Amino acid sequence: MRYDPLRSKAVLSKPVGPPAPLGRRGFLGLGAALTGSFALGARPAIADPAQHSPPADAPWSQSIGAGVVDRPYGRPADTEASVIRRNVPWLTAGAESSVSFSPLQDLHGIITPNGLFFERHHAGRPDIDPAQHRLMIHGLVERPLLLTMKDILRFPQVTRIHFIECPANGGMEWRAAQMNSLQFRHGMISCAEWTGVRLSTLLEETGVRKEAKWAMVEGADGAHMNRSLPLDKCLDDCLVVYAQNGEALRPEQGYPLRLVVPGWEGNVNIKWLRRIKLGDKPWHSREETSKYTDLMPDGTSRGFTWLIDAKSVITFPCPEKPLDVPGLYEIRGLAWTGNGKVKRVDVSMDGGVNWQSARLHDPVLSKALTRFTLPWRWDGRPALLESRVIDETGYVQPTIAQLRKQRGTNSVYHNNSIQTWQIKPDGSVFNVQLA
Amino acid sequence: MYSSRKRGLLLAAVLFATAAVDFAGAAEPGYFGYGSVATPAQIAGWDIDVRGEDGAGLPPGRGTVDRGAEVYAEQCAACHGTFGEGEGRLPKLVGGVGSLRDERPEPTVGSYWPFAPTLWDYINRAMPMAAPHTLSADDVYALTAYILSLNDLVPNEFVADRNSLPKVKMRNRDSFMWTDPRPDTMAKPCMNACVDAAGVRISSTAEGKNLTPRTSGPLDTMQPK
Repeated sequence: MRYDPLRSKAVLSKPVGPPAPLGRRGFLGLGAALTGSFALGARPAIADPAQHSPPADAPWSQSIGAGVVDRPYGRPADTEASVIRRNVPWLTAGAESSVSFSPLQDLHGIITPNGLFFERHHAGRPDIDPAQHRLMIHGLVERPLLLTMKDILRFPQVTRIHFIECPANGGMEWRAAQMNSLQFRHGMISCAEWTGVRLSTLLEETGVRKEAKWAMVEGADGAHMNRSLPLDKCLDDCLVVYAQNGEALRPEQGYPLRLVVPGWEGNVNIKWLRRIKLGDKPWHSREETSKYTDLMPDGTSRGFTWLIDAKSVITFPCPEKPLDVPGLYEIRGLAWTGNGKVKRVDVSMDGGVNWQSARLHDPVLSKALTRFTLPWRWDGRPALLESRVIDETGYVQPTIAQLRKQRGTNSVYHNNSIQTWQIKPDGSVFNVQLA
Repeated sequence: MYSSRKRGLLLAAVLFATAAVDFAGAAEPGYFGYGSVATPAQIAGWDIDVRGEDGAGLPPGRGTVDRGAEVYAEQCAACHGTFGEGEGRLPKLVGGVGSLRDERPEPTVGSYWPFAPTLWDYINRAMPMAAPHTLSADDVYALTAYILSLNDLVPNEFVADRNSLPKVKMRNRDSFMWTDPRPDTMAKPCMNACVDAAGVRISSTAEGKNLTPRTSGPLDTMQPK
């Protein structure tokens, strides 16, 4: 995309070092190239920012690079340093009970890299010794069990791709458009390949007493974060997972063990999972009464609104990735639904007057992010871009006006409304809402 | 869900369990046999949950409003304010009664929480934030009594214990619907001339609001404007 110094006042947190070994000439050359593309404050005085492009050869093509295990784990290129989870400092009292947002504007595909998966902690991120971690399953079971991580790894293994979304994603936008950014407007959604054991397998192992109707699931963090789940959901498709995208869970995602509750709001996917207790009634914990309940205009509230309704968003263009000159573009986006699979995504360029169906990209998986694209020849005139998902139940993503009509503006959670991106003639993109 | 063979096993296990006194013999071992039976002592250490509606799980112990005021001053006031008014953006514990239909509702223990035992449970499991689950049961009862009294939900002579807490009538108790009424919108997937083009109007924009942290370079530290 176009280099825009106004949008890229990026200052690297650490100076960029060149891969060793490089001669003095190569060092200076690469340094200039990096600062040229990444704008370290004032633009450096380089005659030609493409001095290492054809016909010239580049210093990295005329030297030997770093050897294997130079970075034994690996990390993104230094020039990708801006692609990180970010928070809204003014949103919460502190960082321990807070949230960070995935940089959707820089992500491709349906899998969120582990280091970029959004975070929501209620009492900070604990650092847990897996050798001492235990999962206790008790209550209305036949045989209360205490499992070590070693025990859990022995059970039959399953792998599934599922999104997790915080129900407060978009919670700031009920009254009006607020966050001028894809990352901050929609970034409390991520999707990963999870590996672990079916919760139903563990519950068959303990046996379930016939009075059991609910499960209380609890974390080992300082919040002892707990929620009630209907037993039917636990036995349907819930997973107790220890791996994320092929490696152990990240501490931010619940290392060494978390629950995945496919298609349901993020906070029930208990991280640092340590206890499952079966009971005959729900618990009405603080996190399902005082919080994660939806206040309606008449003063009543909805509780146990677990399902993530169908939602979609155009990820290119977006405020962080504006258009350049008029011409042919590929509109790209993501769609998802807690109801199962995405059936169709429509895109409008005129604020919802006319729509055309986008192409869905394989794989289209149940309760996972699904990619869509649509070619678009932009004529340089103002446009109002929207996407609208229809899921396999026939549910159609609503407008914010339709949602407000039902729920007012104080329900905080479950804002799955259609996003409108305003395109200006200069290609810049803004988050707007339509009357 | 379960095969009939498993159902049979479960049934047998239930029958057996009623006769058994020893937890270890309470059921057939699982199919895999991994892990160990959780002992009563192990379970007792972690079995902290309290049910909101009926207080099931509340432990022995008791606490007065006066004792709660002392514990509160020591453990809670720095964040939640001397009278529960909340410091800075930290949560208010009082106020907001009658505000739930307002433009800016204030959901607090007094105005919003439906069940008093949930307050005991939350303080016990999650507070004080820097040292959660370190207070004695008596002190958690005392704090619960004090916060309920700050909200005029109990008299000053109230003593909180496992019997009294479930009986406290919370103001918002009957205002929750516990079954999800969604889908509550009925949008149609219209394709052409779905709305009047002349009526398409931007009602709000994030442009120029200066609420959005930067999305390149180091993390932003912006504060409310």
